[in-house]
Amino acid sequence: MRALAQLYLQQFKTTFASMVQYRASLFIWMIGHVLEPLVYLVVWSVVAEGGGGSAGDYTTAQFAGYFIVLMLVENVSYTWIMYEYDYRIREGLLSPALLRPVHPIHADVAENISSKAITLPFMLVVAAVLASIFHPVMSPRLWAFAAAVPALVLAFLLRFLLEWTLAQAAFWTTRVSAINQSYFVLVLFLSGQVAPLSLFPHAIQVVAYILPFRWMLGFPVELLLGRLTPTGAVIGLGVQVLWVALAYVLMRLVWRAGIRLYSAVGA
Amino acid sequence: MVSPVIHIHELSKTYEVTERESGLMASVRSLVHRTREEVRAVDRISFDLAAGEVVGFLGPNGAGKTTTLKMLSGLLYPTAGEVTVLGYVPSKRLGTFLRQITLVMGQRNQLVWDIPALDSFELNRAIYRIPPADYRRTLDELTELLELGPLLRKPVRNLSLGERMKCEIAAALLHRPQVVFLDEPTIGLDVTMQRRIRDFIAEYNRRFGATVLLTSHYMADVEALCRRVVVIHHGRLLFDGDLSALVQQFTAHKTVVVQLEEGRLDLRKYGEVLSAEDGRYTLRVPKAETARITERLLADLPVIDLLVEDPPIEEVIERVFAQEIE
Repeated sequence: MRALAQLYLQQFKTTFASMVQYRASLFIWMIGHVLEPLVYLVVWSVVAEGGGGSAGDYTTAQFAGYFIVLMLVENVSYTWIMYEYDYRIREGLLSPALLRPVHPIHADVAENISSKAITLPFMLVVAAVLASIFHPVMSPRLWAFAAAVPALVLAFLLRFLLEWTLAQAAFWTTRVSAINQSYFVLVLFLSGQVAPLSLFPHAIQVVAYILPFRWMLGFPVELLLGRLTPTGAVIGLGVQVLWVALAYVLMRLVWRAGIRLYSAVGA
Repeated sequence: MVSPVIHIHELSKTYEVTERESGLMASVRSLVHRTREEVRAVDRISFDLAAGEVVGFLGPNGAGKTTTLKMLSGLLYPTAGEVTVLGYVPSKRLGTFLRQITLVMGQRNQLVWDIPALDSFELNRAIYRIPPADYRRTLDELTELLELGPLLRKPVRNLSLGERMKCEIAAALLHRPQVVFLDEPTIGLDVTMQRRIRDFIAEYNRRFGATVLLTSHYMADVEALCRRVVVIHHGRLLFDGDLSALVQQFTAHKTVVVQLEEGRLDLRKYGEVLSAEDGRYTLRVPKAETARITERLLADLPVIDLLVEDPPIEEVIERVFAQEIE
């Protein structure tokens, strides 16, 4: 455990040092992460105003709150591993990682967290600026904030494990972009990214509650906005734990199979 | 008998490759029917390495050297046969095994591109759980042996190829592996840098008693480092033994260099004349007849000096590789 903590600490330092070298691309990356929720915010505000000040159970000001918080949660749980993994396999970058006596996922988790540590302060400033422009209305509660901490950690873990597992598809196919695209569409609609899930038809909401996507984005957002009851929060955390456990098992199985294939056909 | 550090028995690796002719029709056909062909990269090879040995692993490109090294370091599963390193089955990639070996591949980088090598070393310290005192001592030793001092604090991307290679090697050895696999460690380096790396490998072996298996296209590396060589070709073991025995086995000729008082003689009746310059003649003669020919040369001609040599090792190896084995 201490050795792992050491490893993470070193990986943070390494990633931090490399990322600082790429300030410009980091900045561009952040603009993208601000623009997407901003576009949804503007669209839904217009919709709400057209509907007499609200759409579904969200007022214009509540939409502002939703998407500003979503932007921050997205920053916490976002990963880029699916874009990167097939490149790694094709370029033979996985082999040096396999020679090391630690599971390669640790380096990825540590890298992800350290890059978030760099971007989060900026995103908070952006959120403050957006709040001053759009005057969001939220009804946060202290207990909900406390519950949001584990919810965010679980959301990060779930999304990371799931996307890391999906990235392993690169072992089997060279056409990972098709898989990635389908996945991102599912996330867009079923996680609450494009709109709060309560605006969707009932059937879709049921599906979204069963599938993992809501639990890595929409759930912590709703929790932070104070839209959930304590019971809802506890159930949500329970579902998150179940999904994380399932994703972990899946990750182990897929990784083992992938590595078997990789080392059979030529590393 | 002490059990060997590396044990390979009847080791084979077969790849399945999809074959296709070029052209549009062939592409369409391949949608329906694919011709698969098995390629035997490594074909039932066996050899052992004892602790502390430095062995040269030779063969032309595509002979199966890298495939073998990958099976030894656990990156590839063998198709058949046995392989153990330090008593471990490499493909299980156990932590205790990986902490005792290293594989240095010419172009692969352990080092993070944008930051100083020292930071990557620190990362390896954490990965291999090297105790701080050991780390400092090993780092000092490696810094001294490889003259890394001024390089450690520069971003890796600003280093020259040779400088980077030295840092790569250091990164790969920080955990003091007992077994070292080197795949073309000197490729693309200038002669001075090649020699420095070579000296370093010899010194590392001496100091730590590490077992080293190395591939190289530079015979100077092999001659300087390895008494024993293992030669493979088309995946098969061609030779395993002393470098000098390799020369004996694969050369049917010797080179005779004679210095004569006179420079305008025709020596073709003694053997194949490789060069003739200012009375210095180089002849190639069948090995079995060397004694008889030198005797005749000395009797017939005004010889000042005479030297019998084995052909250069490059030439021997070239001949070994050129041989088609059935």
